[in-house]
Amino acid sequence: MAVSDLIPAEEGRGLYRALAFRRILVICGLIVALAFSFSLDLALGPARYPLSEVLAALIDPSGADLQTRVVLWDIRMPVALMAISVGACLSLAGAQMQTILANPLASPFTLGISAAASFGAALGLVAGVAIFPAAVHYMVPLNAFLMAMAASLFIYLMSTVRGVTVQTIVLLGIALVFTFNALLSLLEYLASEQALAAVVFWTMGSLTKATWGKVMATFAILIVCIPFFARHSWALTALRLGDVKAASFGVNIKSLRLKTLLGVSLLAAIPVSFVGTIGFVGLVGPHIARMLVGEDQRFFLPAAILCGALMLSATSVVSKILLPGAILPIGVITALVGVPFFFVLIFADRRQSW
Amino acid sequence: MVTLQLKDLGARYGSTLTVEGVSTPVFSGGELTAVIGPNAAGKSTLFKRIAGLLKGPGEVVLEGNKASPRDAIRYMPQDTHANAVLTVYESVLLAAKQGEGWRVKDTELIEIDQILKALQIDGLAFRNLGELSGGQRQLVSIAQALVRRPEVLMMDEPTSALDLYRQVEVLNFMRDLARRQGTLVLIALHDLNHALRFCRNTMVISGGRLMAAGPSQDVITASMLRDIYRVEARVEACSRGENHVIIDRSAA
Repeated sequence: MAVSDLIPAEEGRGLYRALAFRRILVICGLIVALAFSFSLDLALGPARYPLSEVLAALIDPSGADLQTRVVLWDIRMPVALMAISVGACLSLAGAQMQTILANPLASPFTLGISAAASFGAALGLVAGVAIFPAAVHYMVPLNAFLMAMAASLFIYLMSTVRGVTVQTIVLLGIALVFTFNALLSLLEYLASEQALAAVVFWTMGSLTKATWGKVMATFAILIVCIPFFARHSWALTALRLGDVKAASFGVNIKSLRLKTLLGVSLLAAIPVSFVGTIGFVGLVGPHIARMLVGEDQRFFLPAAILCGALMLSATSVVSKILLPGAILPIGVITALVGVPFFFVLIFADRRQSW
Repeated sequence: MVTLQLKDLGARYGSTLTVEGVSTPVFSGGELTAVIGPNAAGKSTLFKRIAGLLKGPGEVVLEGNKASPRDAIRYMPQDTHANAVLTVYESVLLAAKQGEGWRVKDTELIEIDQILKALQIDGLAFRNLGELSGGQRQLVSIAQALVRRPEVLMMDEPTSALDLYRQVEVLNFMRDLARRQGTLVLIALHDLNHALRFCRNTMVISGGRLMAAGPSQDVITASMLRDIYRVEARVEACSRGENHVIIDRSAA
């Protein structure tokens, strides 16, 4: 087997190009599905509109009558966009947590970020405590955000300590989950009936309080984080081969892991503070993306974003179809609708599982 | 042609110096150099230090064509299991594209095709990494190391999970590649007969120190085997005149 025996082989190159093309098609399919789901989300509600009317009002708002314009653009649009942006943020956060921690169970839940946010919200709802007293009006989301970021920063700082491994970080996250859940239970035990109901509703997650400002904020954090992850896509993919192998490729593992952890902290904290706890998307969105396009981050990154966005948007649609007029907690519906679909994917392609 | 010399090199994990005082003659490209020694002697640590993955005192003197040691030196770690949802082809592409843009050129894919074919793993190209045997993973690791065309390649026990046929094939391939491309290849080996057969030079590491370095025929001797490996052995020429290690028993 001498080097001079090397024969130019075209087969592998062609197959690789075909594989990459198939993955691009999958991503295009997800975009189309998301656009369809988004349109349906706008069309459905107490007043139903044909899709053609929705599309016409989207393309030319001035051509639609006042009522249609108000319903579609002012009432339903922020909620529909919030579903997309929150789903995208949580799924992207879960995807990169799973990547940098080499753990299939990693998600904003695992590191205690969601639990910290819930505790922060409960502090406001039950005890009326504003962590940032200057903005009492936004006490609940701000408390949730600040507690989520505090949990993230704690994890971030711990991970900079010499000798701390990814397993230690996951264990620290689990410890945070138990700590904040215990504190939340204590607050719930002490809460009035009314406050207790508010806390329970908040922790189930809801899109109904979406505003344009919140939509902009969640999209803004996506716009900040996506270019960073895209720029480091080869290095992030290499992390999945193990630290030693990635380092041998020239990846600065410590720096990449810390920066990514900071990014995913923001991606998880901001949406959770706006919509409450939605756990399923951050855990399962990345797994669905992985099954569809593998773990090359050039494909995995957009697929994870789209899967998360599609899951939450489709959930919003399904909940409107199943129980018209009822406002159900989005976190609960997401899991109920998503689990059967996830099972189908797992058993359809067991080789591709983590 | 690339040359490499180590001057009083040490490596530390945290504050512990696990390798120290390693100074070698100048090694030139175009040949294989074996790095031998008992388990936990410091071979992998030395490789990581040379590759810049560990810090420590001393100096790695490298003279070659590439701009920086980071580009010139490539370290292939011992077999590491990965369950990433990546095909063999993608994992080799991944090694080639670090620090580069998203676009993949045809020339890069042609190179991968050639390397996979040369290592006779082109049939595995679109299998997932998690489905590979230990030996197959080692061959993929070799492909990942070769795809960046390093001037100095350090391979940490690259044949430990391979059958005899594959061991000989891989070492022949590496020797041909080194000669053809002028690559300096350092290979950590446990099979001393492979070191005698394929490697012009040998370095002996024990207890984190360099015990000997030089032509393999001069370094791999009965006294070295007794002192370093604690075995009674003979090094004798076979009917073809090549030296072989014959183990008699462990030393008292």
